[in-house]
Amino acid sequence: MHRLTRVAPLAVITAVALIAAGACRRDPEPAPQPVVNQDSIDAARRADSIAAAERARRDSIAAAERARADSIARETERRNRMMAEARNTLTATIYFDLDQSTLSDQSRATLDAKLPLLNANSGLRLQVVGHADERGSDEYNLALGQRRAAAAKRYLTDRGIASDRITVVSRGEEQPVCTASDESCWSQNRRDEFEIVAGGDDITVPNQ
Amino acid sequence: MHRLPALRRALPALALLALAPTIAGAQDTTQKGVRIGLTYQMGVKPGVFVLPVAGPGGDSLRAIVQRDLDHGDRVTIIGPEPDSPLAGLPRGAGGRFNYELYGRLGAAALVELAPTASGVRATVHDVASARVAQTRDVTLPGARTSHAWRWAVHGLADEIERWITGVRGIAQSRILFVRDGDIFVVDSDGASERRVAGGESTLLSPAWAPDGTRIAYSQMTPSGTRIVLHDLRTGRQRPLVATPGGLNITPVFSPDGEVLVYAHGLEAGTDLFAASARTDAAGRRITVGRGTDNVSPSFSPDGRRIAFTSGRSGHPEVYIMDADGTNAELLTPFSFGDQYYRSNPDWSPDGRSIAFQSQIGGQFQIMTISLRDRSIKQHTSEGRNEDPSWAPDGRHVVFTSSRTGTRQLFVLDVESGRVRQLTRGGGARLAAWSPHGVGDAAGS
Repeated sequence: MHRLTRVAPLAVITAVALIAAGACRRDPEPAPQPVVNQDSIDAARRADSIAAAERARRDSIAAAERARADSIARETERRNRMMAEARNTLTATIYFDLDQSTLSDQSRATLDAKLPLLNANSGLRLQVVGHADERGSDEYNLALGQRRAAAAKRYLTDRGIASDRITVVSRGEEQPVCTASDESCWSQNRRDEFEIVAGGDDITVPNQ
Repeated sequence: MHRLPALRRALPALALLALAPTIAGAQDTTQKGVRIGLTYQMGVKPGVFVLPVAGPGGDSLRAIVQRDLDHGDRVTIIGPEPDSPLAGLPRGAGGRFNYELYGRLGAAALVELAPTASGVRATVHDVASARVAQTRDVTLPGARTSHAWRWAVHGLADEIERWITGVRGIAQSRILFVRDGDIFVVDSDGASERRVAGGESTLLSPAWAPDGTRIAYSQMTPSGTRIVLHDLRTGRQRPLVATPGGLNITPVFSPDGEVLVYAHGLEAGTDLFAASARTDAAGRRITVGRGTDNVSPSFSPDGRRIAFTSGRSGHPEVYIMDADGTNAELLTPFSFGDQYYRSNPDWSPDGRSIAFQSQIGGQFQIMTISLRDRSIKQHTSEGRNEDPSWAPDGRHVVFTSSRTGTRQLFVLDVESGRVRQLTRGGGARLAAWSPHGVGDAAGS
């Protein structure tokens, strides 16, 4: 409220100065005695005071709204970031050795990270998509992809996730992510991908 | 035709000098031979001279028949280039061929094709006995070079091959394959290639019904892979209802066309199942893989046994079993520490051997194994070679090879080792050779 106290005297000084300046131009006529209209001064003061109060009220509301919007934006951003992280965790790919469907320590850790999210969101459903590299038989690789997808599902259901929340599908070697014919590529293609098929729009992220 | 230039170049000299007792001697042998009107030495491919054909379309008719006979690998095509003075050897006095001269050129048989109002009169002359061995009028439907016309010419070439060698040719047969997730079919000579099924989803592993009117294949869906039955006459497609969700792949028809055997997997390995190809009755499991993968079945021609790929020993190997799933045994020899990958068996139409693929030095190669003594032969070595499928003659195998840089289909003659390229352009794989007697249903 300190702006209000500073504005009122300033208005008075300005009004007096303007009247004095006007009188100066009429020289050399004798200067009439200044007439102080106390009513108009009071009226001006009142008007200034009301306007200032109104301005202050609006400023205060705007500031509050800005603060609220900022807070919402920050919260939304934080939430979006957490959701994105949660989705990334749920869809993180796991990788396999050649012609194998056994889960490596790394794969187990990746699957373990999905468990708290699956436990906290009973509406979440995942599809595990098993893939193979190009080296084996096209047909046998479809079965291998199925076995890899089933291995990930079994790991999750063995840890309490309901079986009907996880479906499995194989794409064999039909959908590589990398097409060069070398190990750096093959190792990227021997994988399980995870797709969120339900409950992905509003994920509750449990406390760490 | 690539082995013939040397002989071709020698022909004018031979003819002029009227020598060549060694070539003519093919008919003089006292060794016991196969006798189907013609006589020739066992293991020697009889020389066949396809005479120039007069009239419009004569050249293409001759070219197709000659190429079909050549692809059969049971005869040696003899004949000068069309612009050679020898190309149009005339009939002698009285309309009789100069059989002696053709004999000296190495021909055991002459093929004469005379256009008629409705098609062609085909005559095979026995050079050694200087007489007509077979003759028949054949109707050639449709416009020249139309699909139906070519198909009928292939049938004629197969009949001519039977007249000469006693064994029907395979020109009038087709090969199904996968390109870009769609099912295509191509005639045995690489012509008339066309798409028979496809669309949004990936289709794999086509298989023929024994009468060639229906095919089956697997189709990827968002939630799995299912088996689809496709009638080539009507174009009607229906999913095999017996297949539940999950993975359903590698269908094959039993030799009587009544049963489909396919691989089904969900969460505890993949096993072979059998279901009716006519009704919607549920499939029943025939392998007990205990969590392993069992795929790619192939029936023996009598329908009593099935060869398949199984990972039950820790890595993929070829097994055979009774059609009800009992008496499974490892077909391919196994030794400890042997980490070879063997898969995709295809039982030969004569029942005597099984073609499969084996990883050698990190690459698949086409192999055959004799069921009599379990001896194995390797047939390829260049590039990656896989997914063999027998031709109805039990002598040729179509397979996928990477030898040209992309995956393409090639045809191998397992007896001579001769290989020819069948497809070009976009990649091709997972071939299935039709049985004999496939109608024109898969046509236009």
